[in-house]
Amino acid sequence: MKKAFFMAMACCALIGWSGSVWGADTIKIGVIGPMQFVQGKGHWNGATMAADEINAKGGVAVGGKKMKIELVKADSNEFINVTDATNAMELLCTRDKVDFIVGGFRTEAVLAMQDIAMDSKKIFIGCGAAHPELCTRVAENYDRYKYFFRGTPFNSNFLVKTCFIQMAYVGGVLKQQLGLEKIKVAIVAEKAVWVDPMIAAAEGFIPKMGMEVAGVWRPSPVATDVTAELSAIQSSGAQMVLALFSSSVGIPFARQAGELKIPAAIVGINVEAQKSGFWQATQQMGNYVTTINTYCEGVEYNDLTKPFMDEYIKRYNEPPTYTADTYTAIIYALVPAIEKVGSLDPDKLVAFMETDEHLVPSGKAAYMKDDKGRHLHDLVWGPGYLTALGVQWVDGKQVGIWPYKWKASETAPEITYKGIVPYTIAPWVIEAHKKK
Amino acid sequence: MFADILITGLVNGSTYALLAVGFSLIFGVARIVNIAHTAFYMVASYCIYTATYKFGLHPVVGMLIGVVVVTVFGVVTYRIFIAPVREHEAVVLIATIALAMALQEGMLLMFTGDYLSVPHLIPGFTILLGVKVFYQHVLTFAAVVVILGGLHVFLSHTRLGLAIRATAQDREVANLMGMNEGRIATITVGLSLALAAFTGAVIAPLSIVEPFMWLHPLIMMMAAVVLGGLGSMKGSFYAAYILGFAEAIIVFTVPMGAFLKGSVALSVMILVLLVRPEGLFGIAFEEER
Repeated sequence: MKKAFFMAMACCALIGWSGSVWGADTIKIGVIGPMQFVQGKGHWNGATMAADEINAKGGVAVGGKKMKIELVKADSNEFINVTDATNAMELLCTRDKVDFIVGGFRTEAVLAMQDIAMDSKKIFIGCGAAHPELCTRVAENYDRYKYFFRGTPFNSNFLVKTCFIQMAYVGGVLKQQLGLEKIKVAIVAEKAVWVDPMIAAAEGFIPKMGMEVAGVWRPSPVATDVTAELSAIQSSGAQMVLALFSSSVGIPFARQAGELKIPAAIVGINVEAQKSGFWQATQQMGNYVTTINTYCEGVEYNDLTKPFMDEYIKRYNEPPTYTADTYTAIIYALVPAIEKVGSLDPDKLVAFMETDEHLVPSGKAAYMKDDKGRHLHDLVWGPGYLTALGVQWVDGKQVGIWPYKWKASETAPEITYKGIVPYTIAPWVIEAHKKK
Repeated sequence: MFADILITGLVNGSTYALLAVGFSLIFGVARIVNIAHTAFYMVASYCIYTATYKFGLHPVVGMLIGVVVVTVFGVVTYRIFIAPVREHEAVVLIATIALAMALQEGMLLMFTGDYLSVPHLIPGFTILLGVKVFYQHVLTFAAVVVILGGLHVFLSHTRLGLAIRATAQDREVANLMGMNEGRIATITVGLSLALAAFTGAVIAPLSIVEPFMWLHPLIMMMAAVVLGGLGSMKGSFYAAYILGFAEAIIVFTVPMGAFLKGSVALSVMILVLLVRPEGLFGIAFEEER
């Protein structure tokens, strides 16, 4: 009995020792996200693809030795419960003892998770939440929050800006092709905090663009029937709808608007329309819906876009959503930094990363400073950097429609990414508004 | 605007009526507050999705499968989990909450949180009083009329219906009159869940199929039941339409407050209860005692 006990102890010790030796040769990266949902799947898919690519090349060169990447999956369940997200982050930092963390989606959850990661001095690259506060914290309390970097998307202020630019572009197409003089815009925004400032901005900005606000509708983020709102929008005479949806309401809105053939061009932000499942979810009725997006099959920002898209689609049989930029975070931000610095020391890595500019499949990533010159670790927006795309669903396929001959200023050169096509007006919109 | 409110109110009300009447039936007869009622409606929606997309069946076949599967599954779960604790109302309440959560998590594991949908049985729309109305909405309204009419005939003109009503009025006396109260409760549970499944079947094409789709209808259904008077099917029916119209009025008259439609409908319920605590058609508590 005693012998068996000692044998068992010896085995345990051996396993523990071999594990620690193996562990020492790996870089552990925690991938945190709502894994039962599209966003979390994107986090995991992107990270897996990055780890596989790096490990296939022998790993990461750190101070003369090669270290493999080991991913640790953490389900934040943040759509349902923010506490689950903080628990998952706590486990990553304390039990799994990861070296770095990528992921996160809902701002409310990421703010809470950010604190836990900062307590453990773990570099956390956010790949989902857009709220500026995540990076304002870095500037205001640098010593504590300097380990946080925004990975994707660019912050919500830039999202608004991009959204309005795209709306102006589609408005111009409507005016030109349908001969409309003054376009009436219905603002339809889910009842959520992130949209409130956008509505105020839209109400001020739309008249400046020579358009008119036909009304504002605020359905619930989880409404499943918006026919009443759509009837009211049609009655208002709107020719364009600025939709601002991040929740499930984006599906019934697009589906029912398509089924009822509401004669208005739909632009704006519809997170559900960014996903490949949108066509099925709307029963093929989401045709001609336009939304801001990060990736679109066939559209290239630079030479890195196509290889990334092709490999992702080959592996997962669908184009990536923006949360799959965990790939970018690992392969273009983290790993080059580790190799250049030659260490896993978070302070040394932060010092390198905050000044590093590098190409990514969606443009060029660089981190900005605030008005006082303080590091924000927030992504730079604009021509030559990150701009996102305007995409439109046309006959079951997402096509890129913006930037199309876009001039960021009077003197700026025109920009059209490779693969971008002109905007298509829905036939029922043409039929309703075309001047005879 | 009047036509908009009329049509939208009728459609919304029909959905709530189908759910609320099923819930009232089971509460009236078996005294079961079945929180899982709308979770079964969610399961039926997934059945239709699976039958239609995984097995390539016609949506009508999917609907029939959904109704049968949910009814059988519901009766089995009732016999296993609820029947043994039926006399303890608080335990039943908690058990049905647990059952609903289990069904939600089960669907989340099987189908993930992706938003899915099923096709309309009759695609397209018609224009009624100048308002665009989906054929599916018209079908839903017709289904409500037929189902609730059929239920009324069944409860009023058949021996089993009579037994169900008798049990709903007084379980002890019904038992003394030779009615097998346990068997009637099981049949009622089956009937009620078949109604939930049928609601799922007609509503699924108008909604999004996802694991949390049971929560909002649960609140509105409970509101209709309380407003109508606990256990009163007639009350639930009228209350469902009151809530449906309250929602429609809000959307059309206060577009900026469209998200408030649920809370305004619930406020209507509270106001009515302040004046009439037993609900519109409920039995006064004192009288019941």
